[in-house]
Amino acid sequence: MLSLAGRILTELQEMTLLCWRCLKGLRKQPRYIDEMIFQMDKIGVGSMAIVTLTGFFTGGVLILQAYPTVQYYGAQASAGQGVATTLIRELGPVLTALMVAGRVGSAISAELGSMVVSQQIDAMRALGTSPVRKLVTPRVVALMVTLPLLTIAADIFGIFGGGVTARQLYGLDTNVYIQSVRVGVSIEDLMGSIIKPAVFGFLIGLVSCHRGLSTKGGTVGVGLSTTNAVVTSSVCVIVADFFLSKLLMGLFKSTLF
Amino acid sequence: MNEDLVGSAPLSFSLPAIEFRDVELAFDDQVVLDKVSFTVDRGQTKAVLGGSGSGKSTIINLVLGLIKPDAGEILIDGENIVGFDDQEMMEVRRKIGMIFQEGALFDSLSVYDNVGYRLNEEGIDEDEIEHEVKRMLRFVDLEDAIDKLPSELSGGMRRRVGIARALIGGPSIVLFDEPTAGLDPPTARTICELAIKLRDLEGVSSIFVTHEMTNLTYLASEYAIVDRKGTVLFAEEGQDLCLLNTEVIMIRRGKIIFDGRIRDLQASDDPYIRRFLRGK
Repeated sequence: MLSLAGRILTELQEMTLLCWRCLKGLRKQPRYIDEMIFQMDKIGVGSMAIVTLTGFFTGGVLILQAYPTVQYYGAQASAGQGVATTLIRELGPVLTALMVAGRVGSAISAELGSMVVSQQIDAMRALGTSPVRKLVTPRVVALMVTLPLLTIAADIFGIFGGGVTARQLYGLDTNVYIQSVRVGVSIEDLMGSIIKPAVFGFLIGLVSCHRGLSTKGGTVGVGLSTTNAVVTSSVCVIVADFFLSKLLMGLFKSTLF
Repeated sequence: MNEDLVGSAPLSFSLPAIEFRDVELAFDDQVVLDKVSFTVDRGQTKAVLGGSGSGKSTIINLVLGLIKPDAGEILIDGENIVGFDDQEMMEVRRKIGMIFQEGALFDSLSVYDNVGYRLNEEGIDEDEIEHEVKRMLRFVDLEDAIDKLPSELSGGMRRRVGIARALIGGPSIVLFDEPTAGLDPPTARTICELAIKLRDLEGVSSIFVTHEMTNLTYLASEYAIVDRKGTVLFAEEGQDLCLLNTEVIMIRRGKIIFDGRIRDLQASDDPYIRRFLRGK
């Protein structure tokens, strides 16, 4: 038990150190802007398809499940509001982050892990480059920039998917749906849905890079750290979401509806 | 950086390139190096011999500052690097070229980008990088492979690209970490020839970690010369002679058990050394 606590503490210490070095990497030259843009393309554009698909069907299933209930209360006109609020506040940021953690987090830790195992990280240091500055900072920055954008895409496609389902399956008028979406979304919700994914992106990037760089034990180790990266970053996202929601509620003083 | 040393060339010439003073290192309870002291003079090649797990590669990682010793001093060109932080270490690493066991090439970069990596990071002009990369690839005899990716190269070619990458920028110290492990004898011989060329024609100081006796025989008995046409030739020293600029240290369980010429090593009556040299 003690060793577990000790391990968690050491892990936390290493992560904080990596975070600090990563931030320091932003301050000094060279900043590897090209590498950042390359990573944004790889992470952002590359994840577009799965994220929009997830968003579309999540919006669809929300209407599918919620419509009968709102219909029971005669509140069909508010169906869009329910979808939009749920998606923009919670499901959009969290689901996007989880998808990206699975797709990008695993790729990052596998790539860095193989580099450790094949001594490429040592070679990089021997050639006078800081691996944190060259590899970690661009990935973390790219995730922090692209995850909010991906979330916005997922939100839009989710609302679209909800609209399509409402119209096709329940015959709800599109104008009524759009109107209720507009009523349901506040500026605070939108702000929150940009701030949250930025934090999630930072967490996914940091955890995955840390896992990758601390890979030990050859190819088996790479597999282990990849699994670890996805699991840890997913859990981090979900835990952070709770506290961030509470924080943002206090910050924007937003009420339920 | 020590200003006094930069200013006075004669003084810095008399200093050893690398010096270990009572270096100690342990991981958890396991002692890896126990009061290791040795020097590598300028232009000298020091072969580090020892069985697996004897702490050979650790010495190289210590020189590069990838790990820090628990006690003792490590001097590179007279500077004690033990207390150096990452930034200061980067400066020291600029004068060191490192050749990794499996080459450790960057998979995502072409041979050209791999070899030119250091110069590219330093923000040097593209034309100059191209010129230097071609010169280095000529040195390792791999000019045709310039546009290939590491995955398209054979094991021996990867090592040679690794050597070219380590040598760009003209380092004064080169570290070889078992560069011939897993290679066939002729390819291993080419790698040793490159090390000999570096020692005799470029005046580089180096540490050559190995556990293969054939490498040691090449390094200690042959030298490189350039004939009038500019071709590099390898000549062999007589049976009894031993090259002055090549010495061997032998490590066992983190302790140096031999430091000197290869001829003395062969004459040693230490049972472990005798078994190591003869394989039985």
